[in-house]
Amino acid sequence: MKRLLKGGRLVDPANGRDGVFDVLIDGDRIARVGRDLPVESGVTLVEIPSGVIVCPGLIDMHVHLREPGQEHKETVATGTAAAVAGGFTAVACMPNTNPVNDNAGVTQYMLKKAADANLARVYPIGAVSRGQRGEQLADIAELKQAGCVAITDDGRPVATALLMRRALEYTSMFNMPVIEHCEDQTLKGDGVAHEGYQASSLGLRGIPAEAESIMAFRDISLASLTGGALHIAHMSARQTLEAVRFGKAHGARVTCEVTPHHFVLTDEMLAAPVAYDTNTKMNPPLREAADRDAMLQGLADGSVDAIATDHAPHAADEKHVEFDQAPFGITGLETAVSLCFDRLIHRGVLTLSRLIGLLSVNPAKILNVPGGSLAEGAPADITILAPDLMVTVSAARMRSKSKNTPFDGWDLRGGVAATIVGGRLVYRNEQVDLTIW
Amino acid sequence: MKKDLLGIADLTPEEIYLVLETAEAMREIGQRPIKKVPTLRGKTVVNLFYEPSTRTRTSFEIAEKRLSADTLNVAVAASSVLKGETLADTARNIEAMSPDMIVLRHSSSGACHLLSRICKSRIINAGDGMHEHPTQALLDAFTIKEHKPRFEGLKVAIVGDLAHSRVLRSNALLLTKLHADVWVSGPPTLLPPGIERLGVHVTTSVDEAVQDADVIMMLRIQQERMQGAFFPSLREYFNVFGMTAERVSRAKPDVIIMHPGPMNRGVEIASDVADGPYSVILEQVANGVAVRMAVLYLLAGGVEDEAAA
Repeated sequence: MKRLLKGGRLVDPANGRDGVFDVLIDGDRIARVGRDLPVESGVTLVEIPSGVIVCPGLIDMHVHLREPGQEHKETVATGTAAAVAGGFTAVACMPNTNPVNDNAGVTQYMLKKAADANLARVYPIGAVSRGQRGEQLADIAELKQAGCVAITDDGRPVATALLMRRALEYTSMFNMPVIEHCEDQTLKGDGVAHEGYQASSLGLRGIPAEAESIMAFRDISLASLTGGALHIAHMSARQTLEAVRFGKAHGARVTCEVTPHHFVLTDEMLAAPVAYDTNTKMNPPLREAADRDAMLQGLADGSVDAIATDHAPHAADEKHVEFDQAPFGITGLETAVSLCFDRLIHRGVLTLSRLIGLLSVNPAKILNVPGGSLAEGAPADITILAPDLMVTVSAARMRSKSKNTPFDGWDLRGGVAATIVGGRLVYRNEQVDLTIW
Repeated sequence: MKKDLLGIADLTPEEIYLVLETAEAMREIGQRPIKKVPTLRGKTVVNLFYEPSTRTRTSFEIAEKRLSADTLNVAVAASSVLKGETLADTARNIEAMSPDMIVLRHSSSGACHLLSRICKSRIINAGDGMHEHPTQALLDAFTIKEHKPRFEGLKVAIVGDLAHSRVLRSNALLLTKLHADVWVSGPPTLLPPGIERLGVHVTTSVDEAVQDADVIMMLRIQQERMQGAFFPSLREYFNVFGMTAERVSRAKPDVIIMHPGPMNRGVEIASDVADGPYSVILEQVANGVAVRMAVLYLLAGGVEDEAAA
């Protein structure tokens, strides 16, 4: 089956293309990319309206799919349905499941569920340590062989410098990154919100920005020591950005990601419009305006490598409790694209090509996975975006099993038109006038 | 006034003065031989307490009874929580029985905000975690008003565990709204970051805070809310921050000394100061009943206003 995507604006930074190009898909691969490709017999024509963008499939390198163990929050099937509705053709899922993804059996189970769902590609991330207990390395070669693309003890930062050193050293032979949720647990204590005026005034225990940056500096030093590849997850504090810049300037192999909520929201959301809204509680916490602005600056100047959502679904009853009792986390897969367009593209923070770099090219590079490119012969993982579509976020209509988003009801400009994985149309937005398949 | 009293943050200076004036009238009821008026007859008030409290719960209950409300005490710490029921579910169950008001004491900041979003009943915050304790600040203001001609320019020193204190937050909000000159003092480890944005002066020198003060307000060292070491020892705390007669002598000659209770004698306050001539600590307790009657009356009055409209 051959299809020709004709018209629209192709943005493919990996191949230096930005303009009106046609894309010929043959089965699950991209066969040709060029201007004014002919419509040959046996080729189905898919007309892309002008103003609509065709780009390599987006990759979210930080999601929680909750399966196995917490299927009441999300499953691989519902999570990947949310992913494709959000324009993501691939997601990398965190190992803090129950049981923890610290062995091939769990990895294979996740991959089996992903194959059954047959929506977005799923790249499991294994644990650094057995049971994420921070004591003994997990069987990392086994995880790698089973299909894991990185390791992390996300949510339970690697407490000792020694274990982190060993993890960075050991993984260097596999060319897989160690992803760290940077947080000094002793400084965090039982904090629930960013330490600052808002937390003080609301009587919430604080988590200082330095809880994050201290561990980032430690890990960057260890990356220099070992030559290992370090990726800093969901950076939230301006001090951490300074640590990353320092590391990059001194040749450490360090990359980092920022979530949409950390470049859009601040801790003022704790007080208003809804005081103590548990959908403003996540870890790392929403920080101050200066931190939010630093994240925008880091995105603009290239210090930040990727945008990832930290999609963290929780059931409604789990979130409908006292603020300090609520679990950390919000969903993100179905709001990321609209937030990126509205806050980064339409406000002139980033060029489109740079945004595709952050959402597709760089995540593929960091994780060493296919994608991020519309080169001839590459898998036909394609996202079609409608930059001027007016979107009203509706938690109730989301595909994710959980509805814990602080963006419910927000009006945003920019959205997803369609998502294609391996040449198959896996999502199409009825609101976009697109004659497709 | 609004539907609920969740915090001083929601009150205007006019509303604060209205509560204080209403409390004047309410106090007179407590001085009668028959200390009861029919104002809240037929109204049901639930005192929902998730934290142990003697003073506040008793004070609310006496206030409710003096206004002829039907009162019900629910001490949840020992019942539903242990069975795993959430605050939201407990609230829905109580709401199903149609009380008019719920007085909530809870160890989590913002618990009353959650309740307020669930319940049609009026919510009175009787202390939520480290956030606010509005009726305490109102009774403190009432007590100050009895001794001082005006709030404007009054130097009030608030000393102690600032980080964990809901009394501090409510008092700082109230006193700055009434243009008092508020000084807060405590160990640097117990200063909430950004607290100066409430419009208070911050100092780690108690002597500076109490110098020429009109009012000294002591805060309890809340050992139950402290994890980790905030200061070396209770002995050292008393040496550096304890309110002694020597320190009191730096204040104005007509200074009054307040404490929300329960006191740790010999930790934040010396016994001779607590029991001495400047202390108005028991007056605060007495005034608590009148102020809470005023709050109950004003919130219930709002119900009638709405029905009439």
